Amino acid sequence: MIVAERKPLPEITESIAGAQKVLVAGCGGCVTVCLTGGQNEVAVLAAALRLEQGVRGGAATVAEATVERQCDKEYVEKLAEAVRDADCVVSLACGVGVQFLSEHYPDKYIVPAQNTKFIGGTKEHGVWEERCGLCGECILASTGGICPVIRCSKSILNGPCGGSSNGKCEVNPDTPCAWSLIYEQLKRLGRELSLSTVFPVKDWSKSRDGGPRKSVREEVRL
Amino acid sequence: MKPNGKIIGFVCKFCALASFDLGPPPDIASGLELVEVPCAGRVDARAVLTAFESGADAVFVAGCRTHECLNLSGSSRAEKRLARVGEILDFAGLGRNRLAVYHVSGTHGPRFDKIAAEMAEQVSRLGPNPLSIRKQPERSVDHDCCRAETAAGNN
Repeated sequence: MIVAERKPLPEITESIAGAQKVLVAGCGGCVTVCLTGGQNEVAVLAAALRLEQGVRGGAATVAEATVERQCDKEYVEKLAEAVRDADCVVSLACGVGVQFLSEHYPDKYIVPAQNTKFIGGTKEHGVWEERCGLCGECILASTGGICPVIRCSKSILNGPCGGSSNGKCEVNPDTPCAWSLIYEQLKRLGRELSLSTVFPVKDWSKSRDGGPRKSVREEVRL
Repeated sequence: MKPNGKIIGFVCKFCALASFDLGPPPDIASGLELVEVPCAGRVDARAVLTAFESGADAVFVAGCRTHECLNLSGSSRAEKRLARVGEILDFAGLGRNRLAVYHVSGTHGPRFDKIAAEMAEQVSRLGPNPLSIRKQPERSVDHDCCRAETAAGNN
C-alpha cells in the first residue's frame, strides 16, 4: 500500500487561507489502512479545522466526504456535489488522489493534506515499513524475496558494501543490512551460490529515469 | 440553577463508572455529562473533538489504573492517543489544558467526586470554551462510535 503521513496542521491551514467553504475529502484505500486519510481521519481533520476557525473567529465552513478510492475516476465523480459546494478541497488521499481530483475538477483549488511517503506494509500496529522501490523490473526471485533496491540504503545490486557491520547498515544502525538479510535467506534456502552471479547494471529507464510511467493493457480496455 | 460550564467525561464502565456509582454525587456547579465507554482506549481524537465542538468547556477521560486495565493496554493506549489530541487542541487555540486523563480504581468511590471538582476548577480557571462565547449553534453530542461498542459488548 501507499503509506502517507498527515502534514502539520499549520501547513494545512496556511494552504487553505482565505477559503470560505472547505471540503475535507478522504480516501478509503491505502491511506485508510495506514490510518491517515480514511473516514475517521477526515472527521478529525475537519473537526480540528472547524474548532480552529471557531476559536479564531473565522467564518469558513468545513464539510467532510470520503470515497472508496480517489485514484479511480468512478469514485472521484461521486464527490461532484460536495466539491461543487466548496471553494477549496483538502484531500487526505495520497499524491495520486490529489492529482486525480485536480484533473477531474480543474476549476477547484485542491490542496494535499498528506505527505506521501512510500510503498510499504504494516510491520505492526502503528508501524509501517518501506518494501518496494517501484523500480519497474523486479529481481526479488534472485534475492531471496528481499529487495536490495529499496532496503539497501545505497540500492547496491551486488552487495554488501564495506559499511555493513554485524548485519547492520552504516547509514542507520537500526536498519538491517539488506545484503546480510539476502545472504542469510539464500543460505536458508540452499541457494547462496546464486550470489556468485553478478547482477548486470540495472536499467533505470524502467524506473523514474524514464519519466512518468504508464501501463496499458489493451485486453481490459473498454 | 443553570450549570456554570459543561464538562464531558468519557468513563470506562469497568472502573471510573463504578467509582462514580460507589461514591458521593459530585458537588460541582458545572454541568457534568458522562459517556460510558467499554474501555478508555476506545476514546479517540474524533470523540474528544466532537465533544468540544458540541460546546464542552472541558473533557476528561477516566480509565483504569494502567496496571489494572481490564483490556490490559487500553488505559495506557488512551494516554498516548490523548497526548496527540492535546496537540490538536493547542493548534485550534483551545489548549490542551481543557483535556485531562485520569486513572481510577473501580473500588475507590470518593475519587470521582475529586475528579469532578478538579475539572470544575479547571473550567473556572480557563473560562468557557471560546466556541461557546461566539454563540455558535450548539451541536448535539454524537458519541455513537463509543456507544455502539458498548451496546455490542452487552449483547
